[in-house]
Amino acid sequence: MTALSAITGRDDARISPWLLAWVTVLAATVALFFLKDQMPWAFKYPRSMIIPLRGVLNDSMKWLMDSADLGLFTFKELTRFLSWVIEQPYNLVKSLLSVGFLEGQGSYAVEVFPRMSWVAIIIAVILLGRYAKDWKLGALAGICFLYLALFDQWDSAMVTLSSIVIAVPFGVAGGLLLGIAGYRYRWFNQALVPVLDLMQTVPVFAYLVPILIMFGFSPVSAMIATIIYAMPPMVRVTMLALEQVPEEVVEAGRMAGCSENQMLWKVQIPSVMHTLMIGVNQVVMLSLNMVIIASMIGAGGLGFDVLSALKRLQIGQGIEAGLAITLLAIAMDRVSQALARRPPPVHGETVGKWYQRHPYILMALGAVAVTWFLGMFTPAMDAVPDALKITTGSFWGDVVKWININYFDQLDAVKNFLLLNLMIPFKRFLLTLPWVGVVAMVALAGYQLGGWRLSLLTGLLTVFLAVVGLWPKAMVTVYLCGISVMLVCLIGIPIGVASARNERLHRIVGVVIDTLQTLPSFVYLMPVVMLFRVGDFAAMLAVVAYAIVPAIRYTDHGIRNVPPHLVEAATQAGCTRRQLLWKVQMPIALPEIMLGINQTIMMALAMLVITALVGTRELGQEVYMALARAETGRGLVAGVSVAFIAIIADRLIGAWARQRKQELGLD
Amino acid sequence: MDQAVKLSCRHVWKVFGDNAENLFSEGATPSQQELAAGGYIGAVRDASLDVHEGEIFIIMGLSGSGKSTLVRCLTRLIDPTAGEILFDAQDLMKVSVAELIDMRRHKMGMVFQHFALLPHRTVIGNVAFPLEVQGVDRKTREDRASQVIDLVGLNGRESYYPRELSGGQQQRVGIARSLAVEPDVWFLDEPFSALDPLIRREMQDEFLRLQSVLHKTIVFITHDFDEAVRLADRIAIMKDGEIIQIGTPEELVLAPATDYVREFTRGIPRAKVLSAHAMMSPNCQGSYPETTIATARIETLITRAADMEKGAAFAVTDETGAIIGELGREVVINLLSDTPEEE
Ligand SMILES: Nc1ncnc2c1ncn2[C@@H]1O[C@H](COP(=O)(O)OP(=O)(O)OP(=O)(O)O)[C@@H](O)[C@H]1O
Ligand SMILES: [Mg+2]
Repeated sequence: MTALSAITGRDDARISPWLLAWVTVLAATVALFFLKDQMPWAFKYPRSMIIPLRGVLNDSMKWLMDSADLGLFTFKELTRFLSWVIEQPYNLVKSLLSVGFLEGQGSYAVEVFPRMSWVAIIIAVILLGRYAKDWKLGALAGICFLYLALFDQWDSAMVTLSSIVIAVPFGVAGGLLLGIAGYRYRWFNQALVPVLDLMQTVPVFAYLVPILIMFGFSPVSAMIATIIYAMPPMVRVTMLALEQVPEEVVEAGRMAGCSENQMLWKVQIPSVMHTLMIGVNQVVMLSLNMVIIASMIGAGGLGFDVLSALKRLQIGQGIEAGLAITLLAIAMDRVSQALARRPPPVHGETVGKWYQRHPYILMALGAVAVTWFLGMFTPAMDAVPDALKITTGSFWGDVVKWININYFDQLDAVKNFLLLNLMIPFKRFLLTLPWVGVVAMVALAGYQLGGWRLSLLTGLLTVFLAVVGLWPKAMVTVYLCGISVMLVCLIGIPIGVASARNERLHRIVGVVIDTLQTLPSFVYLMPVVMLFRVGDFAAMLAVVAYAIVPAIRYTDHGIRNVPPHLVEAATQAGCTRRQLLWKVQMPIALPEIMLGINQTIMMALAMLVITALVGTRELGQEVYMALARAETGRGLVAGVSVAFIAIIADRLIGAWARQRKQELGLD
Repeated sequence: MDQAVKLSCRHVWKVFGDNAENLFSEGATPSQQELAAGGYIGAVRDASLDVHEGEIFIIMGLSGSGKSTLVRCLTRLIDPTAGEILFDAQDLMKVSVAELIDMRRHKMGMVFQHFALLPHRTVIGNVAFPLEVQGVDRKTREDRASQVIDLVGLNGRESYYPRELSGGQQQRVGIARSLAVEPDVWFLDEPFSALDPLIRREMQDEFLRLQSVLHKTIVFITHDFDEAVRLADRIAIMKDGEIIQIGTPEELVLAPATDYVREFTRGIPRAKVLSAHAMMSPNCQGSYPETTIATARIETLITRAADMEKGAAFAVTDETGAIIGELGREVVINLLSDTPEEE
């Protein structure tokens, strides 16, 4: 019953000093408004005091590229070498899937060997689905790829696929090696974990800039960005998995006389293969997401199509390409997940000749050979024949036109109402706050929730936003993020609660949020821009759609995990269902729900940077502009600022949830 | 014991905690109070023992008494904090990493409580694993693995995965794996504890059968005194990291060093432990309907004693067949009815 008593009776004696502290800080902040003329610096961080971090970063980047010498070779040579290493397999795969093997340059090139036929690829994908799980999955994957073929997305999709086919193995191998090093060497682990934390909170655009400068505008840059972006979860999964190897199994390996390497590759890695495969699935999904974003630095493919359709507001093309990304994502997610969850082998499976053990590979190779042979007689094997192609581009254009003609006023009314009454006032309010006051409040919150260390961390990170001169933009980020998160709470938490209390709904919601989670962030921009044009409102809706998943999931999970004896006790005491929810389930699930909100904030911040594409004016825009002008310093500083906002929110909420869970006697 | 000493340890300590070595600077040894005060855990404290060639040496004690830690010190899976370990009179603490790997590859085998099989390998893959690690070629190692698999009675299951086997079968695989390299010393850490009582019994018989063929030097851990008595030549009893007494089961029952040992041995039927030699009286005149060898456990004499007439006795002989004493029928019967006070 400790949990119940903790909800209801808190000892007030302990709270009052905090109350005093908060009143003091708030009063001081309000007082600042009266002293605005005497202390303008508290409101507007003085320009002369801005630390020129940007310039420093720009200069170091320039130095790195122009004159850094690493002894045996220069930095530039190193980047060239890296590009070369990635470019070779990429060209091979791209030839195979997308452009065919060419001889000669540019438009004089002649095809010496054709690319794989679309028919063969679809067959191979179906077989892969079958191998991973069953024919049903094969059919799903096949249909997704068939869409790509019939809706004229094939060429772009194959370019995207080539990037992924190359990026994933690099990401997996890199993640594996780093994870192993982190597992083996304590010091490396201690250095690695904070870097991983930061990498997962810095918006991807931020590191697109330096990569762009180092590797130029090319698919290779895009792939390097993709690899860097997709690696962290693999590193984490590897470290986690290696720790999970039962101690006895390691000892058995040691008693067998394994050397360090034999231990790793023959004992530890194979025995946690299934866990590692979960990491692979994550790498696949993140790669896909990133490859789309990376179309901005030269990846081409589907991402490029969506981007250019967005820029020209060609709704039809945009939707078709967006749908192509979605289907590609769904196919890849389901197949790689099924591969990760493939039941372990049973006896007898691994006996027999090579061709008996791998019927599907053989069939796929057969399909490739046959279609290649047929391709010598008919061009239909190489490119999808026009007669088969379908386009819905004009249909979508008409739908949007129709909506806009018939519902423009209503949509506009909703948008204006929210903008005028909620969003703009909130934004103004945040922008008028003195930064000194905000720092004090954040630091106090940190002190209350996690002691002086947390206070120092959150306080300093907040100060950083001011001293690099990005305070106003940071506040706009906080405003957009805050308003979106509020909306997510209003929508997501009720859905989560409902789904926790109703099995049917739970299953439906499960499917929907699984799908939402599979979609690359880019995809969310299409519909909102169609309906609401560019601006804060559209951005907010995209963020809400993208970031709602964790709020629903954690709420559902939190309510379901309320200890059953508490629910029974409350029912016994005569609670109605409503009372049960408000008096028992919600309070106890609250820490868990807050962790979901925390995730939502992280995702919202990541998405905000992408919504800069539809014209928001916050840190994301800063990063985006840096990308357009290739200004490393500007991009990094703004990116790190976003990361800092994320870290502040994460640490504060995390500390609160931990504290509350302890008070409730959960954990 | 007339056999040569195969493995021994002298004043071995294993203390968990930061900088535990410092406790042992200049030959000092910490007391239990000192360890507790410093927040250390003395998992093994001042353990010394000798394991002779060809004997089954059992280490037993309650959970947490330090058995596993001691055995891991003997194999150097854990580095002891202090003390020395002699394997074939060679100080294990002084061998190089390469030598240690080599010794493990050829001279040591180990069976684990939770089997510790590699989940991604079939039975034959698991059993051949130690040979594979040594670089033995595929054909040779699979032939050898098949032999050991036959030996533990798993033929026909070579291509099964561990998950597809019962607990008893899995432990047979563990046993086969540890025997694949024909080790000199065979370590078993509670090999049967995770099994059901019936299977455990079956596996103990299996183990005795194997040992009657193989004659290995064995260090066997258990927390089950029944099991220890069934299998042991000698038993070391551990408590809180210390070895309290080492002796044959009979010695432990007849002359327990402490109340703790007495308590431990109380639940055991005497007939299972005591030999004819311990219960006989030295006069050997008269005629005896039956004879028995001195080392036979009383338990084995039951059926014959039941058939004898009242007042009759066994003649007790030494290995040469010479009569060295007599054992009355009533002594046997009484010992049998001497049921343990607790089960
Ligand atoms: N790595 C470790 N770090 C700290 N303490 C340990 C460690 N390993 C074992 N111990 C402690 O040492 C003591 C002896 O443990 P050990 O595993 O040797 O006992 P055991 O006799 O094998 O018990 P069981 O029958 O449960 O296997 C226990 O108190 C245990 O908590
Ligand atoms: Mg143990």
